[in-house]
Amino acid sequence: MSIWEYANPKRFMQTSGHVLPWVSGLAVLSLATGLVWGFFFTPEDYKQGSTVKIIYLHVPAAMLAINIWAMMLVTSLVWLIRRHHVSALAAKAAAPIGLTMTLIALFTGAIWGQPMWGTWWAWDPRLTAFLILFLFYLGYLALWEAIDNPDTAADLTAVLCLVGSVFAVLSRYAVNFWNQGLHQGATLSLDKEENIADVFYIPLLISIAGFVLGFVALLLLRTRTEIRARRLKALQARERMA
Amino acid sequence: MVELGKYAGVVLAAYGVSLLLLAGLVGLTLWQGARTRRALDAQERRMAQDG
Repeated sequence: MSIWEYANPKRFMQTSGHVLPWVSGLAVLSLATGLVWGFFFTPEDYKQGSTVKIIYLHVPAAMLAINIWAMMLVTSLVWLIRRHHVSALAAKAAAPIGLTMTLIALFTGAIWGQPMWGTWWAWDPRLTAFLILFLFYLGYLALWEAIDNPDTAADLTAVLCLVGSVFAVLSRYAVNFWNQGLHQGATLSLDKEENIADVFYIPLLISIAGFVLGFVALLLLRTRTEIRARRLKALQARERMA
Repeated sequence: MVELGKYAGVVLAAYGVSLLLLAGLVGLTLWQGARTRRALDAQERRMAQDG
């Protein structure tokens, strides 16, 4: 069976309908476990005190903010090259989730930065790239709303997505590129010496899994809604023509 | 109850606002989904009746 079979809206609706309850249940379970474990059952950090508990929201949200844009890039490319409507609708469906994740990452970063760095905000490379990514999400959603023809909107938003990908990459690697600014390097590392302590690491991994599963559940739900909305528009147009 | 010390306000604000944003996103997604589904069902019913 080919992956392109899921580009058929009917096939996508059938499969996503079966998968959705399981993904949603797992998302709620892992998110609740990760956040409750992190908030109630982890110790304070010797330097950062209880603010370290913000990590269970900030890191998963920031990871998703960047990776959702990457997913939108892939589905936009599929739309531009193969003209599968489901992929364009999936990119549209993902954008509000990415916007919310970027907002959570920016907010929790600012509120964490104030006691640790002594400032809510700095024009640091990573922070600035993240702010621009947030503006790209807003622009992407505005562009979808501004254009009546759905195929033209999908084309133009796909191009915007390609351009915005530069900032998604910068958000991830700005610290490595410029090696300056307030923001630290990667929180998670395969190098045991550089990685955070296990006591924080395990609940963080569970929280990340919860955020990812939550994203998949919301993406499926929103894409199903977009497919229904597209069918509704088509039926209304057919009725007007009759 | 967990002891958050002098940073209690900061940590609680981070959790409060983030959970509110997540709840808003889930609520909006469910509401939009239900509204679209109702509208599509009504449209399909009307077109079936009209033949």
